[in-house]
Formats: sequence, C-alpha cells, structure tokens
Amino acid sequence: MSDSNRLPVSHPLRPDLAHVAELVPPGSRVLDLGCGPGTLLRHLIDDRGCSGTGVEHDPDMLLAAISTGVPVLDLDLDADLGEFSDRSYDMVILSRTLQTVQRPSDVLAQMARISDRLVVSMPNFGLWRHRLRLLSGHMPQSRELPFAWYDTPNLHHATLVDLEHYFAGLGLEVEQRVPLTEAGRRLRTDRGANLVAGAAIYLLRPVGR
Amino acid sequence: MTTPDPKPTADPAAEGVGLVETRSVQLFARDDPLRLAGGARLDEVDVAYETYGHLNETADNAIYICHALTGDAHAAGLHVGEARPGWWDNLIGPGRAIDTDRWFVVSSNLLGGCQGTTGPSSTNPETGEPFGLDFPLLDMSDFVTVHRRLGEHLGVRHWHAVVGGSLGGMQVLEWELTHPEDMDRAVLIASSSRLTAQNIAFSAVGRQAIMRDENFQNGRFVDERTPDVGLSIARMMAHITYMSEDAFTEKFGRSHQYGAPSRGFGIDFAVESYLDHQGETFLTRFDALSYLYLTRVMDYFDPFSRPDALARLQQSPVSNLIISFDTDWRFSTAQSRRIMRTLESARIPVTFREIQSPWGHDSFLLPIEPYHATIRAFLEYDGGGQATHE
Repeated sequence: MSDSNRLPVSHPLRPDLAHVAELVPPGSRVLDLGCGPGTLLRHLIDDRGCSGTGVEHDPDMLLAAISTGVPVLDLDLDADLGEFSDRSYDMVILSRTLQTVQRPSDVLAQMARISDRLVVSMPNFGLWRHRLRLLSGHMPQSRELPFAWYDTPNLHHATLVDLEHYFAGLGLEVEQRVPLTEAGRRLRTDRGANLVAGAAIYLLRPVGR
Repeated sequence: MTTPDPKPTADPAAEGVGLVETRSVQLFARDDPLRLAGGARLDEVDVAYETYGHLNETADNAIYICHALTGDAHAAGLHVGEARPGWWDNLIGPGRAIDTDRWFVVSSNLLGGCQGTTGPSSTNPETGEPFGLDFPLLDMSDFVTVHRRLGEHLGVRHWHAVVGGSLGGMQVLEWELTHPEDMDRAVLIASSSRLTAQNIAFSAVGRQAIMRDENFQNGRFVDERTPDVGLSIARMMAHITYMSEDAFTEKFGRSHQYGAPSRGFGIDFAVESYLDHQGETFLTRFDALSYLYLTRVMDYFDPFSRPDALARLQQSPVSNLIISFDTDWRFSTAQSRRIMRTLESARIPVTFREIQSPWGHDSFLLPIEPYHATIRAFLEYDGGGQATHE
C-alpha cells in the first residue's frame, strides 16, 4: 500500500508531558483523561511498551487522536467516568485538565476508583508573576494561564499549597511532586515551588493502597 | 432503511466508483452444504455481491461491508440505466472515507435476504417450491459463516476492516467475537449488542402486521398474492423509528400534501404522504418473509451473554471503532456505549465517538462530515507498530 496518503502522525512531546511520561512505569496500562491529540499515549505505547486508552471530548482533538491510532473514547469527564471498571488501569493521568472540569472532587474520586496510581498536573496560580499581576490590580495571565478571565476553559484556580491540602482532604497521598518552570522544564530545586513553579505534576496514591 | 437525505449526491457517476454490477456465486452446494447454527442445513446457497477497488498483491487491503436490515449488495456506484447510486455511495468511492483508490471493498446481500442471496422466498431444491416458512431460522453467526466463505472465494482470508451500520454492525460484532483473527479493525455504527424491549416491541408489531395480512397464508403466497398491506405497514412504522422527531419536524412540519387541508381520513399531511410512499416503494424491493426472518435474528442477538464471549477476541484483539448518533433513539448512544464498555473492560482496543446529527438512526447513511472523517481516520491510521493494536 502506498504510504503517501497517511495522515500526519505524532507531534513532538511537550516538555511537561515528557515529565509525566517519566512517572509511568514501562508496560503499564494507562488511562489518559483529556488526552488531546493522543501524543502522550502514543509515546507511552511506542517508547515505553504501555497500552491504554485516551478520553477526549473536543472534536478536533478526538479526530487527531484517532489519526495517531490510539484508542480514544469520546466521553465527558464530569459525567461518564463510571464507564470504567474498578482498578482497571495501572495508572490514570489527568494532565492540565483538573482546572477545567465541573466537579474536580468527583473526577479525582473516580480516578482513585479506576486506578491505584494517579498522575495529576495543574497550573500554579501562586506563581510570583501571577501574584504581581494581582498586586498591580489585574487578573493573572501567563504562559501557563494564557486566557482572559472572561474567556477561559479554566473553572478553578489553585496554588500548589491549596492543591496539596485539597489532595490530602480527598485521601490522596502525594508520592512524588515534579514542579515545572513556566517552560515546562523541571525546576532544579523543589524549594519555594509555590512561588516559582508555573505548574506541577503530582504522582498520587489513594491512602492505604 | 432508505436514505432520507434531501440532497442526493451530485452527479455520482462522475465522482464515485462508476458503473458496477451485482454478481452471484454459489458458495454452498449439496456436496458442501451450509450448516446453520440452529442445526438445520441449506443445500444450496447463492450469494449476491459487489466489489469496488482492487485487491493488492498481498491481499491486505480488503474491507467487508455488512448491510443493515433492508440493504443489499449494491453499496456503491451505479447500475446500468439507474440514476440512484448504491446505498452507501457517499461513503465508498475514490477519495471518499472508504477510499476505493486504496481499499478493495466487498459488499454482499446477507443470508435470508431477498436481493439475490438465498432466502425464504428462494426455491427449495427439495420441493421445487419457495421455502416459505420451511426456511430454517437464522442466527447472526450464519450471516458471518456466509461472509467468510465469500471472502475465501474472492481470495481474502484477512480483512483490513469489517464495517457495518445497524444490523450490519451486529454482524461485525458477531464476526469479531467468533473469528477475530479474520480482521485488524472493526467498525460498528449505530449498532447494538442486544436489542431493548422497545426495539423488540417495534419488530414484533412489524411482524404481526405481515402475519395478520389476509394474504399471508402461513407464508405460502398463492397466485402471487403477497401480504403487501402488512409489509408496507411494517415498513412505515419502522421508518418512523429511523428518524428523529426533529427530522420529521424539519422535513414536514405540519404542512399539507396538497397545499390546503382536506379534512377526512385520506392522506392529508405531507408526512402521511411520505410514509405512504416509503411503504409502497418498499414493496418493490423487499420480501415479507425476509423481513420476518431478519428481524427475528436481531431480536435474539445477545453475544455478550455467552460464556467466555470475549475469550477469542482477547486472544487476538481487533481494534474497534464504535460510532453512535446523538438523536438516534432506535439504537441509541447508550447501546453503543454498552459495546464500548464491554470491549474496553475486556482490554480490547476501542475508540468511541458520538456524532451530533439531527437525523436519528438513518444518520449512518448520510454524508455527515465528522462521521465520515472519523471512519477515514480510523481506517487509515498507521497500524505498523505491532505491539499496539494489531
């Protein structure tokens, strides 16, 4: 068969997604919630011997993911996670998506039901640049939070300190934290992350599992 | 099912697969009869089929099309002297979502049908008379047995994909569950793994309309008198279930067929005229006995209820695409989601998409861009990386 008609396949892995990928043990069965064009899942399948499923609701992203050949389900994270069986994945990933769902606590509870390991990343509202913007009297905008307050998919904002307190309240233990620069690279030091991290990736485990 | 699309494909001959003809082949004969799942035997089985595109040297570019309840082998292109192209012509053709420049496409009339393949109105070789109700009851797996034999006849032992909508999707599901090694990818559109009580109720009323017709005569149609009233009522009622309420509203509203109202019990509203036309034209192409036999196969289909239903598929996983339409109340998204959930929890690679469309169940026959783009993307993704899907 001619290869000339093939749809374009993978995009390069964003730096922050590369850090997410490093948290996934090779060979894992992975559920990627809000998988976008399937880039992370494709990488995990091709380079880390994983298998898995993506979930995506945006029509263009969904089509892009299908074109890369990753299994992807058109579901609503707020309504449909009950479709997945208890502890049916080794790892469930929610990358830069928690702030966009209606009911984050429900989504995290579903994730903890589906898997014993959760990877969650979220932009840090406590970044110094955001604090300066607020001090100057304006809502924060940055590379991590590029949207104007009136036109944004982000429904929830949290600092890393808030987020960790919230995880603890939901019975999710932080096994590992990877603070990232605004460019998505790993911060050299974990200290002061709430002030200098643009975002952070958390590896979480339901307490007692 | 018909195509309710108000805009037929423009000049299909210029763009589609061009002129085609339905061919016929005897796939089972007295010395090699078809043994049905129910235990009965058919000594002669002829199958009507069409093909589009070319089988490549490695015979790995073949796609099988399974049709719905009232479909036929003529899925694409034009027959000589006919203006209307095949029932899935908007999907199948050069450059179309199922691209015949790339794929070798096979479409056949299913067993028990009435469009060239052996069915209950065929002649029983034992008696020289039509089978009538002596025709054995069929099972979804019998359709698959015959499809597989047609593949062998055409030199195809492995399919890049098997594709079907509605009852067609049920055949795809049966096929992948029982012979997953036959295919890489499966596409199930507006389908179901198990009819609901409401689905069965509609089928039952359709069958009752046929069997209570005074010309039914226990399936022995004498003097060429056939249960036309019953069959057309079955068709009219079923057709209502193939469309959404909004589709009816948009297409007809409350408009009158002859402009002004003409009160009485005759045809007055445009929708009545439309249904009457659907019922009448159906008689020219469909057979009451096939309607009974095929709808009954759907009623009993429940493959996930079998013990170890998924064992073979888990041994030899097939990549699945499940598509539903949001306004389809005949085979709703919930029914597609059930297939999705069952396959996903068995760790079968599955992709699912619900398409927005106002047209109801019949959407699967219509040229809806996101729907066709989804099928194309799924058929054309590079499955070269063995470990992932295939």
